[in-house]
Amino acid sequence: MLDRLTEYFFPKQVSTFASDIDNLYFFIFYSSVALFLIVVFGMLYLSIKYRHRKGEDLKLTSSKDHSNLLESMFFIIPLILVSITFVWGIRSYLQMIIVPDDAIEIKVTGQSWFWTFDYPDGGTTLNELVVPSNQPVKLVLSSKDVLHSFFIPVMRSKMDCLPNRYNVMWFDATKEGVYDIFCTEYCGTGHSQMGAKVIVMKPAQYEEWASELGSEDDDLPLDELGAKLYTKKACNTCHTLDGSALVGPSYLQTSQMWGQERVFDDGSSTVIDDNYIRSSILEPMTQIVAGYQGVMPTYQGLLSDRELDALIAFLKTLNEDSQI
Amino acid sequence: MSENTKQNYLNHPKGIMSWLMTLDHKRIGLMYLFSGILFFFLGGLIALVMRFELAAPGNDIISNDVYNNAYTLHGAIMIFLFIIPAIPGALGNILLPLMVGAKDVAFPRLNLASFYIYSFGALFAMYTIINGGVDTGWTFYTPYSTQSTSNVVPMTLGIFIIGFSSILTGLNFIATIHKMRIPGLTWYKLPLFVWALYGTSLVQITATPVLAITMVLLMLERFLGIGIFDPALGGDPVLYQHFFWFYSHPAVYIMILPAFGIISEIIPVHSRKKIWGYKFIAYSTLSIAFIGFLVWGHHMFTSGQSVFSQIVFSFITYFVGIPTGVKIFSWILTMYKGQVSFTPPMMYALSFLFLFTIGGLTGIFLGAVALDIHLHDTYFVVAHFHYVMQGGTIVAFLGGLHHWWPKSFGVMYNQTVANIAALGVFIGFNGTFFPQFLLGLRGMPRRYATYDEQFVELHSYSTFWSGILGISIFIAVMNLFWSFIKKNKVDPGSNPWGGMTLEWTHTSSPPHPHNFEEDPVLQHGPYDYDKVIVEKTYKK
Repeated sequence: MLDRLTEYFFPKQVSTFASDIDNLYFFIFYSSVALFLIVVFGMLYLSIKYRHRKGEDLKLTSSKDHSNLLESMFFIIPLILVSITFVWGIRSYLQMIIVPDDAIEIKVTGQSWFWTFDYPDGGTTLNELVVPSNQPVKLVLSSKDVLHSFFIPVMRSKMDCLPNRYNVMWFDATKEGVYDIFCTEYCGTGHSQMGAKVIVMKPAQYEEWASELGSEDDDLPLDELGAKLYTKKACNTCHTLDGSALVGPSYLQTSQMWGQERVFDDGSSTVIDDNYIRSSILEPMTQIVAGYQGVMPTYQGLLSDRELDALIAFLKTLNEDSQI
Repeated sequence: MSENTKQNYLNHPKGIMSWLMTLDHKRIGLMYLFSGILFFFLGGLIALVMRFELAAPGNDIISNDVYNNAYTLHGAIMIFLFIIPAIPGALGNILLPLMVGAKDVAFPRLNLASFYIYSFGALFAMYTIINGGVDTGWTFYTPYSTQSTSNVVPMTLGIFIIGFSSILTGLNFIATIHKMRIPGLTWYKLPLFVWALYGTSLVQITATPVLAITMVLLMLERFLGIGIFDPALGGDPVLYQHFFWFYSHPAVYIMILPAFGIISEIIPVHSRKKIWGYKFIAYSTLSIAFIGFLVWGHHMFTSGQSVFSQIVFSFITYFVGIPTGVKIFSWILTMYKGQVSFTPPMMYALSFLFLFTIGGLTGIFLGAVALDIHLHDTYFVVAHFHYVMQGGTIVAFLGGLHHWWPKSFGVMYNQTVANIAALGVFIGFNGTFFPQFLLGLRGMPRRYATYDEQFVELHSYSTFWSGILGISIFIAVMNLFWSFIKKNKVDPGSNPWGGMTLEWTHTSSPPHPHNFEEDPVLQHGPYDYDKVIVEKTYKK
């Protein structure tokens, strides 16, 4: 019964402390339901029982306006309930912040509007946090620009990312799978698209994945690699493939304009070619397409030369005319 | 001249200037009331646009940027232009002098100045809308608000200016309550609405300066780059959150205490029963106002503040919860052995008890640190504060409007329509916001213009019922205004509900320009239904 209810109210329980937090929720929930029913039934009972009936004369009513017994009960019962809630809330909280010594440490960086993850043995991923199961993972969080907040519902954990300070959270994932990550501190236009996934793997599989981090893509043809990077590096947060404008111009539009002049907000223009694409990925703020806001972060250091080539190749595949 | 057309504050003196330059607290109250209702509708319309955008996951009606502007304006308008100024400004202004037996507030000119300062500030806020909006959220968190190219400055300047109006009104009310009571009207004989205004005013004059300073620092940061919130210059963005919530948590009590006051008036009058635990309600108003200053950190449980702060803020938060809970029980017990009438004000008061209890209890979930970390910045919080602010304050405000409408205007609205609208508001409200608790528990973050497929069902329920809620509020308010056209006058000496406080027993409806035609003499306490029978003059 409780399991069914838990599934109804909450996302899956994946971290070791998730069930404790859900139990705390149900403790408050049932206490609240009990208090709420007393309020509602008390209210309905008294208002109906003592309603002013038709034709009944107005009369002097009771002067009763206090009852020491009732009032002390209304004071003591909630006091006991909130005391339990308070202590439970703190005890569970301590579990959530005391990081076990054997935790592996992953650096999480929030940036408008994607997440970067740096792994202990080198290598980074964007918008995909890969972790082993049954192994404490410590996340050290910070932001490169405005505030963000890193929220993994299935782990029941969340922490703000600040530009000037490292915050820490940790979890020990108990079930393999792919789960949502949301940004929960408002950060501008792309806030609602600033999602990511946490991928929980079996430890052996994680070891293998970590050792191949970055090298798996070496054999892919450039355009296929580009297609992969388009989502993996979060280009899709701001640039569509169907011609519609999101935060930035659509890739389709750019590829359709291949070889033509593109006009920037300062009135200057340039021909769209490989060099233009490369510089607008690495130095996005130097040339801002007219009609858009200059909000793209630089990808300097986040993409290798081969990856840059791959993105350019992918963009060209979107329109036949551009493959000259 | 017939009885019905005798001189009252609405028809004497005449002319537009007599309104614009009026020093009459009742007229100033009405100007607050109508501007407040105007902003309420504007904020409500924006809310409906957002709800309809959220009916389905993608960007169906508006883009991300428009959505971000919409939710910022919805919050800023509802809080700074409607709830904070309008309830003390409108109902407080109209009623306070009547309730204490005074001819006006202590400083009538200052009172008019407050209204114009409020209007001036509101102009800046309106300029913000015309000039393309502002997209930071009503909380203006740094560093986003120092970098955003939208109209952060006009909006914060507007809020800064409106803050002065709030401070001056608070000052005026405190002086009035201390010095203008008629002889014999001791503190324990004051209507509880006056106690509530007293608590509210104390918070207004002590907390609002902090907001003003915060807004000034934010503007200095933008203009001069002083670096107080900028990490690159050694500042700290979290410091902004401390400043902001040091005002904005007490501001929650600026918004809810007047509602407590309204409920404390409606329930005894419509139950014809002495209020349960007068002194407890009076003192808990003051203690809630005080403790409200010590809990701001519970808005920052995920900001990375120290473990010690987390524990202390969680602990103190529960000290607000307990007196509030006892108040709810007191209101309910007031009905015991009374004569309860299900009039429109009473319907709103009963809705308030139901909705505010949910709002209060869900605050207990959020006060538990471990659980708050999951629920923080999700729809659970959105639902919680709408249950408190709309289900609590606005429902109480609507109840108060229905309660004092015949007093303020001398006309009675259609009570059947009013009861149906009240029921519509109740059902529509629960339909809109209850699913949002579930959304939050399942992990739906707030301030999202688009969302994941898994949340569609609950969002579309919420949107459907928000339509019903919007229509019901519209009907409720239009039904009130319709009474001007229908002119269903109440007897000028009337006391339709059988109230016992001075505004019912000693003034005409609508009141005389100078409130009392002769000096009022206190004959009984505010809720002495066990000692005196006060007839109801309106029977239908």
